[in-house]
Amino acid sequence: MKSIIAVFTVLTAIIAIWYIACVPMNIKGVLDGAERAGIEVVPETARERRDMSEIGLVISNRFAIDETWSQDRPRLPAPHQVAVELWETTVEKKITSKRSLIYHGQVTLSATLLGFAIGTGLGILLAVGIVHSRVMDMSVMPWAIVSQTIPIIALAPMIIVVLYSVGVQGLLPKAIISAYLSFFPVVVGMVKGLRSPDHMQLDLLKTYSASTAQGFWKLRLPSSLPYLFASLKIGIAASLVGAIVGELPTGAVAGLGARLLAGSYYGQTVQIWSALFAAAILAAALVAALGLIERLLLGRMGVKT
Amino acid sequence: MNMETTTQAPEPQATGSQSSAQATVIEAKNLDLTFQTNDGPVHALKDVSLNIRKGDFVSFIGPSGCGKTTFLRCIAALERPTGGTLSVNGMTPDEARRQRAYGYVFQAAGLYPWRTIAKNIKLPLEIMGYSKTEQDKRVEQVLDLVELSGFGGKFPWQLSGGMQQRASIARALAFDADILLMDEPFGALDEIVRDHLNEQLLKLWARTNKTIGFVTHSIPEAVYLSTKIVVMSPRPGRIHDVIDSTLPKERPLDIRDSPEFIEIAHRVRDGLRAGHGHD
Repeated sequence: MKSIIAVFTVLTAIIAIWYIACVPMNIKGVLDGAERAGIEVVPETARERRDMSEIGLVISNRFAIDETWSQDRPRLPAPHQVAVELWETTVEKKITSKRSLIYHGQVTLSATLLGFAIGTGLGILLAVGIVHSRVMDMSVMPWAIVSQTIPIIALAPMIIVVLYSVGVQGLLPKAIISAYLSFFPVVVGMVKGLRSPDHMQLDLLKTYSASTAQGFWKLRLPSSLPYLFASLKIGIAASLVGAIVGELPTGAVAGLGARLLAGSYYGQTVQIWSALFAAAILAAALVAALGLIERLLLGRMGVKT
Repeated sequence: MNMETTTQAPEPQATGSQSSAQATVIEAKNLDLTFQTNDGPVHALKDVSLNIRKGDFVSFIGPSGCGKTTFLRCIAALERPTGGTLSVNGMTPDEARRQRAYGYVFQAAGLYPWRTIAKNIKLPLEIMGYSKTEQDKRVEQVLDLVELSGFGGKFPWQLSGGMQQRASIARALAFDADILLMDEPFGALDEIVRDHLNEQLLKLWARTNKTIGFVTHSIPEAVYLSTKIVVMSPRPGRIHDVIDSTLPKERPLDIRDSPEFIEIAHRVRDGLRAGHGHD
């Protein structure tokens, strides 16, 4: 109960700050509109207002405060505007509509999941190689680390262009950018996990003359699962970011990234914010789903939680 | 000076020690093992010679660094001696391991937390390719041997430390190796649990007639359990004294108050003290 109150307090504070921030952010636009409509504002011309501070404008035009929360194209939309937009573009629109966030979300989700699958598969394979081969450990790991120092924003257009030139487009280029971001946490976590059995455990298997493969399946892999799941949760969030970033340079017509881009072209801030929230909700849902799978799997393995 | 084969020879038959009639199972001759470390070579074992016969219960006792665990690991082919010869069942330790000649019990139970006790005991059986029905049969048998029948379905964290260690002994017994190597198996347990497990281990030894190599820090434990006590001393690790026990095979816990027991314990203690004097 106490924690619910705490969570609720924090949430209320964030929303309150958000509403307050809307007032100075949007006041100039509101006053410009009011002037055009023939309402008296202080000072009278847009030119004079341009040099004034937003706070000062709010104080001298208090009648306009209400308006700052209900503009068509605010600089910063109010929470309820975003909520209404989210509701309208998810529940009320048909899924097949180009304006449905469900439609766009599903486009991004499919790239995310494909990229996550590729990234996780690649990450696990690399980790297995790194743990079993000293050569791979020394040759692959540095490159894996270097790969993550390149900003994805710089790399994504190149990947898209290169793949386009060899005739690959659509889902796969986005998925590859996703995979690029998600394989790394999986490699790091999985290497740590596969190396987690101690000397005694390895000696025990040696006394049975167990093969490397048996050691992998019976000891290393099960020991690595808790580490793997921690990595997967980071990996899936990174995948989603990758898929969205992958949609930006292509001028993609569908996907949450495309929605963000279109919103910024046309100054549709409400649309941008609702797309952002849709992405955040999607990420939270994916991480939660992984958490559930983790609980079920580790629970079945008898791990005390 | 190794193998100071000693004294208690006069009445081997009377003591119930049948081992003298049995074949040699483990034979070490002038065994040397030097570890190369950053601080220079460390002589873990120097000129160790020892015969262990079938059915013997041999304890290795000595201070840290005397090589008792290293010697056990050599027998298990977990370490490779740098000199001398070592044979297990007439083979090299490596061959013997491939033939599943021994079961090994570590200081920590080391059960897999994601497997039930029964599944933990099946681990070596799975690796060695036993059939499912055979696995189930053997699990039942060894659980009974260590008095854990009915606990097969439990997970390790549901068991006490002593029960976990018994489960790990069951795991080492599951594939029915003739030799059981135990590296301070009860070192992490409290005195009362340890007494109980010692008693159980003796019963188990009597029932299975296995050859047991047992590393310990505890003088009473060594004297209570063993037919042969090997006293070792450190730097370099070597055998200081080998004591053949005169205690009967049947040993209730209160045998530890008998004059015979105290006399052997005394000799072990003297040996440990003298070994330290070399430093």
